[in-house]
Amino acid sequence: MAEQKITLDQVRHVAKLSRLALDEERLGKFSTQLGSILEYVAKIGEVDVTGVEPMAHALPIHNVFREDVVEPSLPLEKVLQNAPDSDGPFFKVPKIIGGEEDSAG
Amino acid sequence: MLAFDTLLAAREAIRTKKISSTELTRQALSRIDCLEPQIMAFNSIYPERALQLAKEVDDGKRTGPLAGVPMALKDNLCTSYGTTTCSSRMLANFKAPYDATVCKKLEAAGAVIVGKTNLDEFAMGSSTENSAFKTTRNPWDTTRVPGGSSGGSAAALAAGMCCAAVGSDTGGSIRQPAALCGVVGLKPTYGRVSRYGLVAFASSLDQIGPFGWNVPDVALLMNVISGRDPKDSTSVDRPVPDYLKQLDQPLEGVRIGIAREYQSAGGMDGRVKDAVDAAIRKYQDLGAKIVEVSLPHTEYGIAAYYVIAPCEASSNLARYDGVHFGHRAREPVKDIIELFSKSRAEGFGEEVQRRIMIGTFALSEGYSSKYYLQALKTRALIKRDFDGAFEKCDVILCPTSPTPAFKAGEKTGDPLQMYLCDVFTVTCNIAGIGGISLPCGFTSGPKPLPIGLQLLGPTFGEEKLLRIARMYEMATEWHNRRPRLNEN
Repeated sequence: MAEQKITLDQVRHVAKLSRLALDEERLGKFSTQLGSILEYVAKIGEVDVTGVEPMAHALPIHNVFREDVVEPSLPLEKVLQNAPDSDGPFFKVPKIIGGEEDSAG
Repeated sequence: MLAFDTLLAAREAIRTKKISSTELTRQALSRIDCLEPQIMAFNSIYPERALQLAKEVDDGKRTGPLAGVPMALKDNLCTSYGTTTCSSRMLANFKAPYDATVCKKLEAAGAVIVGKTNLDEFAMGSSTENSAFKTTRNPWDTTRVPGGSSGGSAAALAAGMCCAAVGSDTGGSIRQPAALCGVVGLKPTYGRVSRYGLVAFASSLDQIGPFGWNVPDVALLMNVISGRDPKDSTSVDRPVPDYLKQLDQPLEGVRIGIAREYQSAGGMDGRVKDAVDAAIRKYQDLGAKIVEVSLPHTEYGIAAYYVIAPCEASSNLARYDGVHFGHRAREPVKDIIELFSKSRAEGFGEEVQRRIMIGTFALSEGYSSKYYLQALKTRALIKRDFDGAFEKCDVILCPTSPTPAFKAGEKTGDPLQMYLCDVFTVTCNIAGIGGISLPCGFTSGPKPLPIGLQLLGPTFGEEKLLRIARMYEMATEWHNRRPRLNEN
């Protein structure tokens, strides 16, 4: 490999950004695999894109509007039917304020 | 065996009372019962519901162009009944609160949905081996994969467990399993079919499409599922033609494009090349003109795809947080971030995690212009290549997959090798055009494996694409072959 595309530390950082709590074994495996995938995809760097506009979407659609009409929403019990934990009309989660990563945003 | 195993034959038999929908649905369910241990195509089946729908057809209460025909849905399409799992632990118990537009349209047309089929988790894969639940087997040789990600839909059809099926295609996920299972599969132009209720993988590439034993079956399904949907703002408001109407009338002066760059694609199996070359000669015999075209950015297709698709996936899959729905880690956590991170680590399989990581990396500060932006610009050039080619030809012909079905386990150790399976299919999604795979031959030997021919057409060119595919089909017999399976 000419140039290391991603280091183990970067893989650890990306896992954190991805909100994936991976163990060291998985991180090590991914660092090799992501390295070879990134090595392969980096060949797009060879493409001369001078003056080419990025194409985010296959269709030239921009804003699609509809009439501002109120339609029925999903009933509350349907909204909550898949919730891992709920309390009355709320989704229930562990405390959000005061954790270590409180300021991580 | 199903007494009538194709969509149009089954529909006709039910209409003319040669068989009742109840009887045909029973046959499909019994076939699933017998063969499921070998094929493992289904994540869930709905016998009672299916028989109830069939009875309504037989009682004359349900009518429509698909009335009474047993069909299967890929398990990433939301249904208001049963589960919608995406073959992921994350959604193992997920009950969708609504029906995908496609599912609604199929049932409104009278289809009898027998079950929901296995896939690579969140549609990420080319073999169905990334399912969290099971590996679907190829009905032509059960030591081999059916392709993916819609491998369950392709295998269920090929094994005669239903008369037609629906899947989704983000980089080849309908066409490649169709090729490997010896059936016809169409990836429509982006925007032709509503994506509402399709669990999102890569929103600018995903498209729902049909599987059938032949081109008319696929055309009929396109009549039913196409069209603008107010619930999907990327579905396009264009009239839906009757794709069946002129299907059997051969086109005069068809120009078939052969891309120079596809000839030199690496990893091509000689048997695939021979079958595709024979298909080119067949088109010549039918009066088509073969023209050479150039798609200069072909070699960058997979690289661009494996940046764009993971980037979109990393964003789309951010919604699985263990809070609103889906898997939640049960061990105590110190805060909400840990809850997200543990739930996602437990709920997602390796390939999904890998793609989220690639996408997150390629979008991260310092790398996004090198990877994501560069991939989007490459995408524009790939689209431009196709636009240029379609000025010279009506369709582009190439293999669907560089190889026939490979052995289960053969490519699971090396993700990059698996990605390279998609060499002929990804550019169609990148450019947003339509593509169809149809059988064009078989390997020799005691267990012949199907080989798929791919035709790519311009944006919203499905009518012509299907007719040109049908010309070949009418002149060949490949689509009439069926795998031999033992019903134990």
